[in-house]
Amino acid sequence: MSNDSIGKTVFVAGVLCLVCSVIVAGSAVLLKPIQTENRLLDKQKNILAAAGLLNERESVKTAFEKIETRLVNVSEGRFATPEELSEMGVTDANLYDPRKAAKITGSNVMLSSEQDIASIKMRARYYPVYLHRDSTGNLDKIILPVHGYGLWSTLYGFVALKNDFNTVVGLGFYEHAETPGLGGEVDNPKWKALWPGKKIYDDQNNVSIALVKGNVDKSSPEAVHQVDALSGASLTSRGVTNLMQFWLGKEGFGPFLNKLGKEGV
Amino acid sequence: MSESSNTKEILLGPIFNNNPIGFQILGICSALAVTSNLNTTVTMCIALTLVTAFSNYFISLIRNHIPSSIRIIVQMTIIASLVIVVDQILKAYAFGISKALSVFVGLIITNCIVMGRAEAFAMKNPPVISFLDGIGNGLGYSAMLLILGVIRELLGSGKLFGIEILPLVSDGGWYVACGIMLLPPSAFFLIGLIIWGLRTVKTNQLERNEFEISPHTKTLEVF
Repeated sequence: MSNDSIGKTVFVAGVLCLVCSVIVAGSAVLLKPIQTENRLLDKQKNILAAAGLLNERESVKTAFEKIETRLVNVSEGRFATPEELSEMGVTDANLYDPRKAAKITGSNVMLSSEQDIASIKMRARYYPVYLHRDSTGNLDKIILPVHGYGLWSTLYGFVALKNDFNTVVGLGFYEHAETPGLGGEVDNPKWKALWPGKKIYDDQNNVSIALVKGNVDKSSPEAVHQVDALSGASLTSRGVTNLMQFWLGKEGFGPFLNKLGKEGV
Repeated sequence: MSESSNTKEILLGPIFNNNPIGFQILGICSALAVTSNLNTTVTMCIALTLVTAFSNYFISLIRNHIPSSIRIIVQMTIIASLVIVVDQILKAYAFGISKALSVFVGLIITNCIVMGRAEAFAMKNPPVISFLDGIGNGLGYSAMLLILGVIRELLGSGKLFGIEILPLVSDGGWYVACGIMLLPPSAFFLIGLIIWGLRTVKTNQLERNEFEISPHTKTLEVF
């Protein structure tokens, strides 16, 4: 049969598609468990890094065992009830994906333009928070997911707070596409080292953490709420300020943290 | 030409004499994108070399049965399958690097080097020599990428493979990082300079002008 006859063409195309799809599907299915674990491990590593709990001695897995993941109903400022969890079909809070949930009608909340200071348009109804307890079982640190728009991209990160729900322990962004060397310096350990000890809320319980241009004037009473902005990256810095204001404010985890502070965990 | 020198030429020729980036000007896109640090560069080099070699091998194996009317689609299907397998393996065993390479592993599918070698070489030659041709062109691509990677990471962030070589001013050292080296355009300039250098040394790589430019019209001729 000639190579260019219709029969041969269809035959070659068919056999090729079959062989290739078996190979592709096979590799995807065989490697899937390892990939899922990698993704989870990567996220856990970022959570631990934000809280300063990552160390050389322990593997990410054992370090993360000390962390409790709970889902929070952000609008109502409380932990999600078991009924809400089963309604969402969530069995393991660690496997819940708020990014996916934010895109599905019913499991998301649209934000009006004045609410949406972090330019994210919508958020999921529930977000996971991560609780770290000390050896006596008291809450030691709480780690919250945050995200918001910078200059080019949405920055995704975690911010860790002390058990007064006000003092920053650390923060880190695990996904962004800001300009390397300018906005990309949000990953710079030296800049991140400016955050621990800063206070989120002022006396009136308003979110007052902000990035300021130039160096923070250490003598000013506001200094405890201020962090040096990134040089050459005004828009990324503004984005970071906005996302902190949003997620720690009344549209974000503000009411939840307030309640935790009053009632304890 | 003896058999062994022929093999050597196929394997090593693409590194300097017939470099896919430097001479054929193929695969520029990924060369700009992945060379800002050496870890991603090396992974990309290995991935592309493997894909080119195996796609050449498989295409060459069935070259006598590929109907010419659908040959490009057949080549693409084989290349795409290999790339997906490589991407899946990276995601499973080198998660950090696969995150850094993001979309560029997938884009090996559209890398002109892979497609070009399949069409130009593997369709006309037996499998083993096609496989070597794929390795050779992969090495040529790798050589160029590694040069770019070394220059960009060293000058851009004072490091090689993430290990500090030149202590940066921002970390209390003396080296002021050259920020543009971390941005894609720097790779473009560097490739330009390398091609200039290559063609100055190897004058046989110079292309003949397609037409002669006439001298300007003299004022006198007008009148």
